[in-house]
Amino acid sequence: MLLSAFRSRPFLAGVRAIAPLVPPMFAFGMISGVAAADAGVSFAAAMGMAVVIFAGAAQLAIAQLINQDALPVVLVATAFVINLRFAMYSASLAPHLKHLPAPKRAGLAYILSDQAYALSIIRMTSDEHGGEERGHLFLFACGLMVWLTWLPASVAGYVIGAGIPPSWGLGFAVPLSFMALLVPALKDRPTVVAAIVGGSVAVIAGGLPYNLGLGLGAVSGIATGYLTERLREARNG
Amino acid sequence: MDNGLVLWMVILASGALTFGLRWSFIHALGGREIPPTLMRLLRYVPPAVLAALVVPAILRPDGPIDLSLDNHRLIAGAFALVAAVATRSVFGTLAVGMGALWIVNYLFP
Repeated sequence: MLLSAFRSRPFLAGVRAIAPLVPPMFAFGMISGVAAADAGVSFAAAMGMAVVIFAGAAQLAIAQLINQDALPVVLVATAFVINLRFAMYSASLAPHLKHLPAPKRAGLAYILSDQAYALSIIRMTSDEHGGEERGHLFLFACGLMVWLTWLPASVAGYVIGAGIPPSWGLGFAVPLSFMALLVPALKDRPTVVAAIVGGSVAVIAGGLPYNLGLGLGAVSGIATGYLTERLREARNG
Repeated sequence: MDNGLVLWMVILASGALTFGLRWSFIHALGGREIPPTLMRLLRYVPPAVLAALVVPAILRPDGPIDLSLDNHRLIAGAFALVAAVATRSVFGTLAVGMGALWIVNYLFP
């Protein structure tokens, strides 16, 4: 049964779609491994973070806060706030996964990442592939590829990462890959407004602790995008 | 920080909460319809969240806002944005963005 899933059209399409994101994912995973090593975390705990938390931005924040001797409760709260966006992804994907049995939904939830979400929601809401049979296998393929990249990258980062010169600017590959995912999400004026407001608020509020700027930017971007849509509707009668 | 039990408790708690966030709506809404207003709000999740991840990483490379030409990420990011719009490809965006960053870093160390 699993073999037929691996050979299905949505699964193969997912592997193809996520493939160009594997190198930046690997860089991101390495960075999180380096950060864990820098923070003095044991190898086992660093791998535990990669598997149990499996969220790069939160792992980086935890490593940074360990360096700053923050309280354990602050670490957990920060990871929670940074990962709040996953609840939005979850709500956004839920209508496309509601036909699946509970264990499959839980499995797909565990491997949900920024990259897998951004690619999957484009496909699941497209005219061509929306509602296709076994469309969830596209998400499964993206999530699985990210997971399979994340672990070796974390190991490599922890073991050899300190030898990579900062001048390579590997960290820049991460926002660049998000930029490449952002552009196809800009479909009309309301989505562009959502992005401009979300990005601007996140920059202005970027000095706030616990990465609150990300959450504020996301919420205000979503709200203004929706209001723009309503405004256009009202004007067009 | 204590590298033993406390750290593992932090990891397990963060992991459980993160999974809970990922699982929340996928689980709760299984088999039910989502209210139309919520559906329309969700349409703006990808552009708003992705922009909120990207823009600060470019305009606040080291913490404070840096809109000067000394901010190499700003220059490289501008080239990458043009590439992203023109090529619509992840590889093209990464190649142009990283290439531009390395060139600017080399010319203006």
